[in-house]
Amino acid sequence: MDNKIKKVDLIFENVDYLEVLERSFKRSQDEIILDIIDSGLRGRGGAGFPTGLKWKFAKNEEAEQKYVICNADEGEPGTFKDREILTQVPDKVLAGMALCGKATGANEGYIYLRGEYNFLLPSLLSSIEKFHDQLKQLNFDFTIHIKSGSGAYVCGEETALMESMEGKRGEPRNKPPFPTTAGYLGQPTSINNVETLVFALMIAKEGPTKFKEMGTFDSRGSKVFSVSGDTPKAGIYELELGMSLEDFVNEFGDGDTKAVQIGGASGFCVARKHFKETVIGFEGIPTGGSMMLFNSTRSMFNILNDYLEFFEEESCGQCTPCRVGCQQLLKGIEAVKRGIKPPSYLDELQKLSETMKLASKCGLGQSAPNPFNSIINNFREEIIY
Amino acid sequence: MSPYKVSLKINNLSVSVDEGTTILEAARKLNFKIPTLCHHDDLCVAGNCRVCVVEQVGNRVLPASCATPVSEGMEILTNSMKVRQARKHIIELLLSEHNAECTICYKNGNCELQELSNEYRTGNRMFLDVLKKSAVDISSPSIEKDDSKCIRCQRCVRTCSQLQAVSALGVINKGKDMKISTFLNKPMNDVVCTNCGQCVNRCPTAALVERNYIDQVFDAIYDPKKFVVVQTAPATRVAISEEFGMGPNRSTGKMVAALRRLGFDKVLDTDFTADLTIMEEGTELLTRLKEALVDGKNVALPMMTSCSPGWIKFQEHIFPELLDNLSTCKSPQQMFGPLAKTYYAEKINKNPADMVVVSIMPCTAKKYEADRPEMRGSGYKDVDFVLTTREMGMMIKQAGIDFEKLSDEKYDSILGESSGAAVIFGNTGGVMEAAIRTAYEIVTGREVPFTNLNIKPVRGMEGIKEASVKIKDVKPEWSFLEGVELKVAIAHGLSNAKELMTSVKNGTANYHFIEVMGCPGGCIGGGGQPIPTNMEIRKKRAAAIYEEDEKMTIRKSHENPEVQEVYASFLHKPLGHRSHDLLHTHYTAKKRY
Ligand SMILES: Cc1cc2nc3c(=O)[nH]c(=O)nc-3n(C[C@H](O)[C@H](O)[C@H](O)COP(=O)(O)O)c2cc1C
Ligand code: SF4
Ligand code: SF4
Ligand code: SF4
Ligand code: SF4
Ligand code: FES
Repeated sequence: MDNKIKKVDLIFENVDYLEVLERSFKRSQDEIILDIIDSGLRGRGGAGFPTGLKWKFAKNEEAEQKYVICNADEGEPGTFKDREILTQVPDKVLAGMALCGKATGANEGYIYLRGEYNFLLPSLLSSIEKFHDQLKQLNFDFTIHIKSGSGAYVCGEETALMESMEGKRGEPRNKPPFPTTAGYLGQPTSINNVETLVFALMIAKEGPTKFKEMGTFDSRGSKVFSVSGDTPKAGIYELELGMSLEDFVNEFGDGDTKAVQIGGASGFCVARKHFKETVIGFEGIPTGGSMMLFNSTRSMFNILNDYLEFFEEESCGQCTPCRVGCQQLLKGIEAVKRGIKPPSYLDELQKLSETMKLASKCGLGQSAPNPFNSIINNFREEIIY
Repeated sequence: MSPYKVSLKINNLSVSVDEGTTILEAARKLNFKIPTLCHHDDLCVAGNCRVCVVEQVGNRVLPASCATPVSEGMEILTNSMKVRQARKHIIELLLSEHNAECTICYKNGNCELQELSNEYRTGNRMFLDVLKKSAVDISSPSIEKDDSKCIRCQRCVRTCSQLQAVSALGVINKGKDMKISTFLNKPMNDVVCTNCGQCVNRCPTAALVERNYIDQVFDAIYDPKKFVVVQTAPATRVAISEEFGMGPNRSTGKMVAALRRLGFDKVLDTDFTADLTIMEEGTELLTRLKEALVDGKNVALPMMTSCSPGWIKFQEHIFPELLDNLSTCKSPQQMFGPLAKTYYAEKINKNPADMVVVSIMPCTAKKYEADRPEMRGSGYKDVDFVLTTREMGMMIKQAGIDFEKLSDEKYDSILGESSGAAVIFGNTGGVMEAAIRTAYEIVTGREVPFTNLNIKPVRGMEGIKEASVKIKDVKPEWSFLEGVELKVAIAHGLSNAKELMTSVKNGTANYHFIEVMGCPGGCIGGGGQPIPTNMEIRKKRAAAIYEEDEKMTIRKSHENPEVQEVYASFLHKPLGHRSHDLLHTHYTAKKRY
């Protein structure tokens, strides 16, 4: 492996999680949270919110009941790392949840499991049973349940997820209030991605320093990537953050990489000419893990068309900019392709996509324009002709 | 404790408001209008249309002003370039999936989407047409549902679940196919919908409207063979003025004059049968109490009012086990119909087959009620057509009548006289108050012990009200009621009704008599009333109703001379044989979805 790409092994490493928990349970909530803040860990589910801060907000709320949720909806196209984590190291995920419970003062946790991952249920349930016994030994009151997802992409959005958990239609809520104030059943809730929880456990194990030393100022630590598309090395890799896309493509490309879609359908498409200056991380292009490589045989029109079809279907449909905007972007590029609308219509659509980013109710509609804009900006001719 | 104050700037003007206030409300305080669509003062926040977005200095996105509470030091711009662009896009997007055919649309001139596009549209359509084809659902006798006019604001969904606890309407599908639907997409007449029309009253477009019968009524009026009588419900007379930009106002005399000019052969009053209802229902209550207290019979108590057909259908679907508690009295509208086609027809020497009874109602459920198979006591369809207050407004406009300039006129007689007790039927608590005014006096021989007959404890907009009246020094024939404390409860809006019924069902409630009106505020807030309706407007209409009551010479139903006349010469006595045939009905359990 090229030395510019640094492989890391924190997530899948087998550790004595009970020892970590035993030690952590003896510490104060603030001590645990301070370590997480100090480590610079940011959420691995996509939005990248500082995890320690999230925990602190939840901890500071006064409430009878608080919750921890592990977001295992993993709906972003091209992402399959959470499945792997839940398969290989489920105990570390459970321990991460208990740690979060301790830090925030919650005694109940839920795993929101993507419907397609129901095959994991039996093994997860037995892990949970074992884990509950272990917690009893440690004298820590924390119960974990699993809720099966309902199959919509938008249900990965944290507030839609909670609506869905409450048995309602999975429509995102207005924010504020944020989940740390009023989340599941209106109670303070810290919701974290599967991978985030495991990193939190590892930080509790080893202290913040080791994690902080990896990556860049804005993007500390490492990250699990799901590599797919035109690559001879499709699969799951934990890599240190902050590498350039050029280094990444040198490692994973097939020698003919024309573009990389970073962050799945709601992410950005980067063209070859920008590989060098593109940093993979929060200061550059963040990703929930998905890295999809395209070589020169691919039609960017088709790729964009696929993404827009996805959003047109997967928008929850409640808010105007997203519900109708996604339809307009899709119909729009088709109309331009067929000559029904002039190429300049793409400029109108780019203005519309700005409105979608600014005025949509949730992250789905706010990020649906990302592939649109980045593909139009880089491959305009492929869309028009 | 006074609420915490928050200071912020809107368009560079400072304002200080209570914590928890939304940006939208704060802007209103400064007289900045922010357009809205999904927002409705009566409903919980949705934040889904996004037309109310504003710019917040320092915020990456444009927050929805209806859904975002103010925070200290916030700087808001309600009309920046970014906001204008977004707003215009959003309106254009809505229009791109809209069956925009304003000139032939029922809501033309009273449509919030149209109003917004009037304000913002520059001309050509900006985006491609993404309208989905759909058939209009006209299965319900009360409500038309046209998805091609729907902007998916979910006001109807929130109305039906939050205010009415019916949840006949919900959201199905996602993405481009998301739409408002019934259970399994069944037609509106085949689901739990109560026809209350509260959704219709809150729909900003023509996606939900009342079934309109104006043309049929004009046809009848102009048919020389037909003798067309019209009856007007209590709540219409304080709201029709709104259709002519005059706000909620007492306008009984003008309304009568307008109806006469429209060509109705006789202008009569549902208030008359409201008084009659009190005689029947009051007697029914006293009878039930006697059966329970003296005869030890197992009669259904508490007795519940039955004037509100939305409420009746709700009970038939949701609490079929309590159907025996409902008074068997028909609603005043449906008491009027058969009386008109029997007693009145005879009196004026008309063949009931040639008579057409039209009612003007604040209500869409009354359209359904008139169609019920039980409502043919006269041998004919008792009430032929039911129009809402809004439809009456349209007829008056179409006929070129200048409502504002009309001089007051009086109802025709007989079936036109009424008491103050009848007009307050329009308000929540009104039937209760009217019933107590009469029943107390029947039992004790004295007027109710409330200043100026105004029974204040049963008035007001609280969702569920409770009151009790101690009955003392009764007439000898009512000795079994001596010392009894008559306990009553009042609910308006079906979610309040549901709460009250749940406690009745669980046996935790201990009342003798319950009044329920299906709509918030009672009939003055009915689904057929002028749009918009909100708390402020309901309160004004309610005040006008009480004013009307105070101005009446007769304040008690049993003192209505025409009611006395009808008993003397036709019905003979309350709950008598003829009453039973014409004025009472029965109910049927219905399925729960
Ligand atoms: C449309 C949409 C889908 C999302 N799907 C997921 C998901 O599948 N898994 C996930 O962890 N986060 C998802 N998120 C992000 C969550 O809303 C939330 O930010 C995350 O669970 C927080 O955890 P983190 O801070 O550990 O990343 C999604 C967000 C949006 C807007
Ligand atoms: S942005 Fe899209 S997914 Fe999010 S609330 Fe709006 S319609 Fe639903
Ligand atoms: S609903 Fe409104 S905008 Fe639509 S056609 Fe009717 S009047 Fe016009
Ligand atoms: S039917 Fe009317 S109220 Fe309901 S979502 Fe559509 S436009 Fe809104
Ligand atoms: S008429 Fe009433 S019950 Fe029927 S859908 Fe509308 S709000 Fe619900
Ligand atoms: S009025 Fe605020 S989002 Fe609809």
